[in-house]
Amino acid sequence: MSRTDVLIVAETRGGQLKKGAYETATAGRKLADAWGGKVVAVVIGQGVTGAADALGNHGVDQVLAVDGPAFARHQAEATAAAVLAAVAKVSPRLVLFSASLAGKETAPAVAAKLGAAYVADATALALEGADLVATKPRLAGKAIAKVAVKAEVAVVSVRPNVVTPVAAPRAATSEPLSVAVPAVRIRCKDVVAPTAKELELTEADVIVSGGRGMQAADHWKLVLDAADALGAAHGASRAVVDAGWRPHKEQVGQTGKTVSPKLYVAVAISGAIQHLAGMSSSKVIVAINKDGDAPIFGVADFGIVGDAFAVLPLLAEEARAFLKK
Amino acid sequence: MDLVVCVKRVPDTEAKVRVAADGRSIDAAGVQWIMAPYDEIAVEKALQLRDAAGGGTVTVVSVGPAETTKELRTALAMGADKAVLVTAPTGAGDASATAKALADAVRALPADLLLFGKQATDDDDAAVGPMVAALLDRPCVAFVTSIEVTGRVATVRREIDGEVEVLEVDLPAVLTAQKGLAEPRLPGLKGIMAAKKKPLDEKPLVATPAATETRSLTLPAGRGACRKVEPTREGIRGLLKALREERGVL
Repeated sequence: MSRTDVLIVAETRGGQLKKGAYETATAGRKLADAWGGKVVAVVIGQGVTGAADALGNHGVDQVLAVDGPAFARHQAEATAAAVLAAVAKVSPRLVLFSASLAGKETAPAVAAKLGAAYVADATALALEGADLVATKPRLAGKAIAKVAVKAEVAVVSVRPNVVTPVAAPRAATSEPLSVAVPAVRIRCKDVVAPTAKELELTEADVIVSGGRGMQAADHWKLVLDAADALGAAHGASRAVVDAGWRPHKEQVGQTGKTVSPKLYVAVAISGAIQHLAGMSSSKVIVAINKDGDAPIFGVADFGIVGDAFAVLPLLAEEARAFLKK
Repeated sequence: MDLVVCVKRVPDTEAKVRVAADGRSIDAAGVQWIMAPYDEIAVEKALQLRDAAGGGTVTVVSVGPAETTKELRTALAMGADKAVLVTAPTGAGDASATAKALADAVRALPADLLLFGKQATDDDDAAVGPMVAALLDRPCVAFVTSIEVTGRVATVRREIDGEVEVLEVDLPAVLTAQKGLAEPRLPGLKGIMAAKKKPLDEKPLVATPAATETRSLTLPAGRGACRKVEPTREGIRGLLKALREERGVL
């Protein structure tokens, strides 16, 4: 009998489901409906409560709860063991991860152990005849590939922020899944929290990024303030990171992060190919640059030709007033 | 300390991309090829770790076309000791096939640490490192920004969910390099000359059936015209209103 079920790997953090869990649930529901199968979620964490209700609202039929101190924080080998135990129980046709760091680290290992096909960082999944076909950006989005699965079982990681979670309420059942934790070869010794509360770039809905045109690290407060006013995460171009004005974790582009927020505001960024590669899949792009011929305007939906030092304070002030409404 | 670094030949990140006539791959005409930037970081770190340990070997391994000898010679010129190339046509296999070929090539090599770039900047899968680790049953930590080795344990750091994790990993292990791990050196003339005499073994790929097939490759759809917004208070008010009411993104 051919396989019909979808297994989603629902990541948690501090006992709460992460946003990616709902995104994968929605992506998985669509395919399970087409195959006449069910959606099973393996929820991995410690002290996770309410997962069955929350995931049931998003189309999940069954929750397998892997709970315990070994799973409190993501650890690649423990996470993989939990997913493999769920796969052994469910025999899914498709295993969906969110392409978070934990997902990107675990999904390929699971695919290799299963001898399954793997597609990384998919932005869409569809059926073409009997084949599962994933859309996936390559070269940081300079090109878009359609990749067909040729194996009986597929593992796919889904890019965060691309699938909009859709309600598909049902009463999900929940049961514990016991997992033999493998011999521990990776141990977390310390976690250094960021000094300020920061949004993860790749999961942010709105991003404000600054470029070389900001002229100095000291001027970054204007970018940060505009980001704060918009409830946005903040990024930077490679030139800025290379100059040491901002840390690499904020770099957007082909040798930094690839992002797909709903709104990307590029400030004083000219738009080098390698930067455009990292952000051009954003839903809406606003460019602010004093050079009206800058390549960034070629990918922007809205363009402000003007001085960032004058425009950013106005943007921050107006955004605060606007978003209060 | 013995280290193995797996590298890939990829188009230069500044290259403009065109689709080839087959509609499934990039047009190689006029494209400059380089060692993937994160792989270069991994090579540099391997050299530093070997030297800090006071001895050992760094072996660079790649799966790719015969032209990849250029990127492998670069790694040898940087200071790696030997290289292995598993020759295969460009884009012949997906990440799973590449991982199998690399695991087979690496199995026989001495390796306390196996390093990869976090991802090759062409396919962007970030998959081959964790896959090889799974195939060889070694622990793997991806996206590391520092590595220190003491005895049979590596202490690494990485950023995850806005935090920095400090992890201990038992050797032999697999690690993938994030930017910040090391600053790749430029090979000097002496290194380039020495590289010519270092061993570079080539062997053909034993192909495995592909688990995926690229059906098409296209360039992203262009956007509509850019709407001009005046750099004034009124202009910005109009912009915010349009972002909410017309585009639904605020």
